[in-house]
Amino acid sequence: MAYSEKVLDHYENPRNVGTFDKDDSSVGTGMVGAPACGDVMKLQLKVSDKGVIEDAKFKTYGCGSAIASSSLVTEWVKGKSIDEALEIKNTDIAEELALPPVKIHCSVLAEDAIKAAIEDYKGKQK
Amino acid sequence: MKKPIYMDNSATTPCDPRVAEKLCQHLTTEGVYGNPASRSHEYGWLADEAAEAGRAHVAALIGASPKEIVWTSGATESDNLALKGAAHFYKKKGNHLITVKTEHKAILDTCRQLEREGFEITYLDPQEDGRLDLAVLEAAIKPETILISVMHVNNEIGVIQDMAAIGKLTREKGILLHCDAAQSAGKIPVDVNEMNVDLLSLSAHKIYGPKGIGALYVRRKPRVRLEAQIHGGGHERGMRSGTLATHQIVGMGEAFRIAKEEMASEAERIGKLRDKLLRGLQDIEEVYVNGDMKHRIPGNLNISFNYVEGESLIMALKDVAVSSGSACTSASLEPSYVLRALGRSDELAHSSIRFTIGRFTTEEEIDYTIELVKGKIGKLRELSPLWDMYKEGIDLSSVQWAAH
Amino acid sequence: MIYLDNNATTQMDSTVVETMLPYLREKFGNPSSRHRQGRAARAAIDTAREQVASLVSAHPSQVIFTGSGTEANNLAIKGYVAGVMSGRLFIGSTEHPSVTSTADKQARFDGWSRFELPVTENGLLSDEAMEKLNMAKSGDLVSVMLANNETGVIQPISELYGQLGLKDKGVTIHTDAVQAAGKLPLNFSALGVHMLTLSAHKIHGPKGIGALIRDKSIAIEPQMDGGGHEAGLRSGTENVAAIVGFGAAAVLAHESLVRTSEKLLALRTKLENGLRMIPGIEIIADKTDRLVNTSCFTMASVEGETMLMMLDKAGIAIASGSACSSHDNTPSKILTAMGMDKSLARRALRVSLGKDNTENEIDTFLETLKMKLASFNSIASNVAI
Repeated sequence: MAYSEKVLDHYENPRNVGTFDKDDSSVGTGMVGAPACGDVMKLQLKVSDKGVIEDAKFKTYGCGSAIASSSLVTEWVKGKSIDEALEIKNTDIAEELALPPVKIHCSVLAEDAIKAAIEDYKGKQK
Repeated sequence: MKKPIYMDNSATTPCDPRVAEKLCQHLTTEGVYGNPASRSHEYGWLADEAAEAGRAHVAALIGASPKEIVWTSGATESDNLALKGAAHFYKKKGNHLITVKTEHKAILDTCRQLEREGFEITYLDPQEDGRLDLAVLEAAIKPETILISVMHVNNEIGVIQDMAAIGKLTREKGILLHCDAAQSAGKIPVDVNEMNVDLLSLSAHKIYGPKGIGALYVRRKPRVRLEAQIHGGGHERGMRSGTLATHQIVGMGEAFRIAKEEMASEAERIGKLRDKLLRGLQDIEEVYVNGDMKHRIPGNLNISFNYVEGESLIMALKDVAVSSGSACTSASLEPSYVLRALGRSDELAHSSIRFTIGRFTTEEEIDYTIELVKGKIGKLRELSPLWDMYKEGIDLSSVQWAAH
Repeated sequence: MIYLDNNATTQMDSTVVETMLPYLREKFGNPSSRHRQGRAARAAIDTAREQVASLVSAHPSQVIFTGSGTEANNLAIKGYVAGVMSGRLFIGSTEHPSVTSTADKQARFDGWSRFELPVTENGLLSDEAMEKLNMAKSGDLVSVMLANNETGVIQPISELYGQLGLKDKGVTIHTDAVQAAGKLPLNFSALGVHMLTLSAHKIHGPKGIGALIRDKSIAIEPQMDGGGHEAGLRSGTENVAAIVGFGAAAVLAHESLVRTSEKLLALRTKLENGLRMIPGIEIIADKTDRLVNTSCFTMASVEGETMLMMLDKAGIAIASGSACSSHDNTPSKILTAMGMDKSLARRALRVSLGKDNTENEIDTFLETLKMKLASFNSIASNVAI
């Protein structure tokens, strides 16, 4: 199966690879997927006092589309408020990366990762 | 060095230049292009002669008589013809067949079809090393068992089954033995009499012959009967109708002739390259060879790089053509069913790569591949959250994963 | 050597061979592989699929590649019958063995029965055949070839089936168009059929590759299992080079159809004018619409087998019946189905022309035939005395 230019670009030059301290109260960590299914995404968001996502990092075990989807969302969430970040839909990701039907689940996983990271962040604020 | 480097010789191989040349002689105007069934003119006779010479070469490689060779469009058709043809012919004798979970889809899907028709199939688990335990096979035999199908060499892991021992058992019990030898013929010795097989599937394009042609060996003594699966003009003694593609038969014959001549020296050369590749890759942390190394064809190396997903690795290795499972299934996202049947975890199955070395692989290409894989594994592990967890000492099996 | 047996097989066009060669060597990938070599092979198949589809004005997704025309006929009939509990098979009486023996086999079990559709002495479906067909109901299968391999007779199936309203009744229609392709303009949907069989080696493409074109509203079950190639309908690693060759041959056949037909018709007219001058020769279905390349005729006194051996010695390749059945000595089933008595049918010869035949070759053939007939007659009359 041929990958789109955008998937290849993100795969070859993944943006924002890395790790924040998961115990930092301004960091929300989302880990979704399972090794048995062939993909695990870890997305971390660093949120300012005003509720704006200042920085994002990811690590992903998975196919090229999974890596590209998570790389793309780290770019997209930066500068967004957490409510705005929750607006990002898997269909937007799939469209941007021109994912073929068999790879749509990668974009779903990326959307889930955002939600999981924000939930984790919100949990820490209580 | 030409890139991409081709290390997917179990998926398919290029035609050997000698095969291509011979084959072309039967395609072009100057050559022989008649219909081998045309009995009435020289065009037909010459085509028939060429086809018969091809048949003799194919028979010679496996110790058979040319009369026992039936041409097909490939190993998939051979497998279909062997299993359906024998099951339909002998259904009054019994309705039970035995095979192994690591067989090629051409066997497994055919078995599913036979189940729909009312046959009962036992799918045996291989051992962890990919080999079949003879005691397990013997225990599965019932009075109704009419046929056992075991592949000689597995396409994904390259593991060789002890066909002679299996053949001894099936002969004693009076059960037909079919063997898919698509991955073994031309790579290791195959002798239908030593192995006591009754039916044996062959493919040309796995050993430097053309695609679209294969053969089924059908034993004459004791005679094995088959019900034809493709009906028509009664070609191939009624077992397989359809105009023979002379150029392809000639190509297959030439490929088998070369294989017989060069197999021993080629196996040694390829084996050395494979061992070099293995040594190079074993330097990497957390790598696991899939399947037994001792009983394995020389060209195959199937290896799992833990914490790296296979498809992304294939993408990273874009200058080396490899596969993450058999070519037939690589459009699906499922991890290899062969590795699963060996009891490999899903993670390791998802992390597997098959390198298959062939006639045209060079040492330079092996060296390049080793360095490339080392670099890319490092890069992908940097990206992998699982690698981090492993390094932190977290047992991945203890983690509650959110299944999806 | 003069080759006049183009309905048995054709010489591959050199441009077709050129197109194929790279797919044997440098572009050898397995189309199911995901690496570059694999994707290149897949792309080549996609292109060829479009080319074959356009030969019959079908959609590429309607093309299933098979290992031969025979296999496509098997797939059409068995694949269809497998999915339907019971019904009737209506089979032409001058079909190729890949249709007749497949139909015989299917009628032996299942809830299926077989009806033979008789033809007139001109090879066209008879009134009796039309009456039988008129009984066909929803779910039944009709298979009549578009053009006959031995006589070249063209069956006006779309008109006949249209008159009976077969398609509206829900009858499933298959046609073997192996001989018609490249010689008649073909439009899959305008023909009003659900399934249509093609073969590459009859149109200057390679042997070992055929196709079934199918209307996707008709369910067919695969006859070869394993791996799920060809949309699950025909498993087995694709014969890439042959598929590419089929595509190239389809393009050639499509583009040169008008020109080639004109040439073939001119050659055949010359041939048949010559044949009519020879005493005792009768052209079969002379006045019937036939493929422009095919001429089947009977001789007064010589058996076809004998004559073709004599012609072969003189360097001329023709046939006495279809190549498939020429391993046995029974008279052509096709000719006897047309009401010809067996002894006359044994005296039939088939000339089938190809795009590369020349007027000179026709002259040589006619002269040689006359000479051989004369020598045979003189021997025969001497013996009689």
